[in-house]
Amino acid sequence: MIKRSFIGLAKPRIVYEALDVTVPEPKIIPTSKKVTLLVNETYDPFGQKKAALLKKDDTVKTGQKLSLYEGSDAYVISSVTGSISSISPFLGEFGRSYTAIEIDVAEDEEMDEQFKALSVEPTMDIAKNYLSFIPGNPPASLFSNGSTSPSIDTIVICGVDSDLLITANQHALISDEKAIAKGVGILKQITGIENIIMVSPEHLMQNAGVSGAQVRVVDTEYPATLPRMIMQDVLGKTVPAGKTCEEMGVCFVSAEAVASIGEAFDEGYIPLYKKLNLIKKDGDSVMISVRIGTPVHEIFSAYDVTVNEKDRIILGGPMTGSSIYSEHHPIQPDTGAIIVQDGQDLELVSDYPCINCGECIRICPAKIPVNMLVRFLEAGQYEQAAEEYDLYSCVECGLCSFVCVSRMPILHYIKLAKYELGRISIAEATND
Amino acid sequence: MINQKKFIVSHAPFWHDGSTITARSYNVIIAALPAVLFGFISYGMPAVGVVSLSISSAIVWELLFNKISKRTITIGDGNAALIGILFGMLLPATSPWWLVITGTFVAVVIGKHIFGGIGGNPFNPVLIGLAMLMVSWKDFFDFNEVLVNYDLGFAMVYPLSALKHLGTSGIDAFSMADLLMGQQSGGIGATFGLGLIIGGIYLIIRGVIRWEISLSFLAGVFITALFFNVSDTTHYAGPVFHLLTGYTLIGAFFLATEDSSSPVNFIPMLIYGAGAGIMTVLIRNIGSYIDGVVFAILLMNLVNPLLDKIRPKALGKVV
Repeated sequence: MIKRSFIGLAKPRIVYEALDVTVPEPKIIPTSKKVTLLVNETYDPFGQKKAALLKKDDTVKTGQKLSLYEGSDAYVISSVTGSISSISPFLGEFGRSYTAIEIDVAEDEEMDEQFKALSVEPTMDIAKNYLSFIPGNPPASLFSNGSTSPSIDTIVICGVDSDLLITANQHALISDEKAIAKGVGILKQITGIENIIMVSPEHLMQNAGVSGAQVRVVDTEYPATLPRMIMQDVLGKTVPAGKTCEEMGVCFVSAEAVASIGEAFDEGYIPLYKKLNLIKKDGDSVMISVRIGTPVHEIFSAYDVTVNEKDRIILGGPMTGSSIYSEHHPIQPDTGAIIVQDGQDLELVSDYPCINCGECIRICPAKIPVNMLVRFLEAGQYEQAAEEYDLYSCVECGLCSFVCVSRMPILHYIKLAKYELGRISIAEATND
Repeated sequence: MINQKKFIVSHAPFWHDGSTITARSYNVIIAALPAVLFGFISYGMPAVGVVSLSISSAIVWELLFNKISKRTITIGDGNAALIGILFGMLLPATSPWWLVITGTFVAVVIGKHIFGGIGGNPFNPVLIGLAMLMVSWKDFFDFNEVLVNYDLGFAMVYPLSALKHLGTSGIDAFSMADLLMGQQSGGIGATFGLGLIIGGIYLIIRGVIRWEISLSFLAGVFITALFFNVSDTTHYAGPVFHLLTGYTLIGAFFLATEDSSSPVNFIPMLIYGAGAGIMTVLIRNIGSYIDGVVFAILLMNLVNPLLDKIRPKALGKVV
């Protein structure tokens, strides 16, 4: 954890982990006995809305596309061969509902050949139907046709991860050069977008150059690689508050996802292994490669990490990740890191009010009046916060909470406000 | 699943830079120590008594109010002790006990807790307490009178009142080096200029106070005093004299920089500091009070919410 320096006048400089060019191969975690895949769809046990396609005890093959309901767009790719042991609802952050498909892994692995036959000639439909659940988690807007969503004219490939301590994308840049080059070619071919930009840290320019995309350098100080910051600093376009990067015609995709796309079309099999950093209690970081859906405790037992009551387990980076309540939580296509923090070392939030010290104002990359904003958010006055105090300018980097002397959960307040305002606007739209 | 371990679940970010309100308060107290210790050496045990009573009564008032209002006990954050020590530093060494206790009551309860406790006070609590005492019992703040029994080896004349009553001819005896080294009468912790400057620089380097406020306050005092001095050298003292006397230095580094009652954006901080500096000299030179720091800072506290509306445009803000 980075501590405040003695000379507090200097702004803290938090830099991304730089991955050396001579990078060791990630260690492969053995396949677990049970995997869980989360489908981005509400569980509908009686199939009232649509006919169910999956049921308990169905057998699945490795690489098979699993869709819950007839005609539904949401699907997962099975990362193992085995039989479905249960299908149950799963509640994520901010009330997002998923369906968890649990699979008992069989001893012999059998590959599904459906994608192989299709992969000879890449098209947008094939990518959309088979490649949205691959390591690196490409965004839905990447594979959408211009008619359904705001038209994308630029694709930005992130060669460096948006949060600290995660090096999956840098690793992809270094070790999967060929797959990325292939992936860039396929993206150009299926989307018809010529303007593909690779942003990479300076020391990986060479590796990024091989990909065939235009290369731009991105600063290595947090939060320079958050999408909105890249938009402003690298592309020179400022995203208006309340708009998304997609609405500006820019789609962000991770280098790992591009490598996965390249690999899928190259070999005919959908990649199943996610690279991620395991950060142990003492701060040691190891790069591992693990099948999507593997429960977290399998990784802990492979690395002799013991977790106790009141420890904290985080999926994702230290600034924007999310903590999980169970060791059985599966690895997802977008999980960049697992961080284990000892219960003794946790810095918890407090219920102190803002003392107006101004640390957040000085560190905020979006120049938000955080000291005022947080007063309105605490009082639940979300609409006023959005209108007068720039709630929607927030890039959600978490630096304000990081430096807060009162230890207020500022980022939590901001996310909650955005969520509540989102609910209000949905409710108003349906009332009309 | 039933015998699952229970983990701590919280929202991002999961890192914190380790700063705390307690550390912040104690840093200010540490920075104030050189000036306070100098006051102890000069004025002896009465000064120790006043400052100790001030700190302890401030803490007791906060504890009592916490109990009465049934809120969490907040004396551990050091803010009450900080209010106490700063308040004691401003008082003369001969202040009676009831004056100190009344002052800290006003500072802690009326200045801070009525408004919701730490972070909610629109005015600097220390100055609220002091201003109330100065208006109510102004004889106890006539430093010439209350310190008359002291002989510390230099003219026991309060420099600002000498200036007020006699013009610049009254302050010829003071050399600037003596003023800087604390060879002047005044509040217990407010006379040792060098100690206050060292403390202030320490706080600026540690990032506890905002340098913009301190420097613009001093610049405001300096420039305004310079204008007055140039226009009429017989009535108005030079700028360095104004910087080194009265509450100017303690005001610049310890009072004007109080977190909750001062702005946080760059331009507002400059306006706030300079405004308080200008007002200080205006009150000293053409107002009726001998020292203007207390009321100048309180006045700028009042304008603070308006000033802080001047702020940079947020990312992607559409106007």
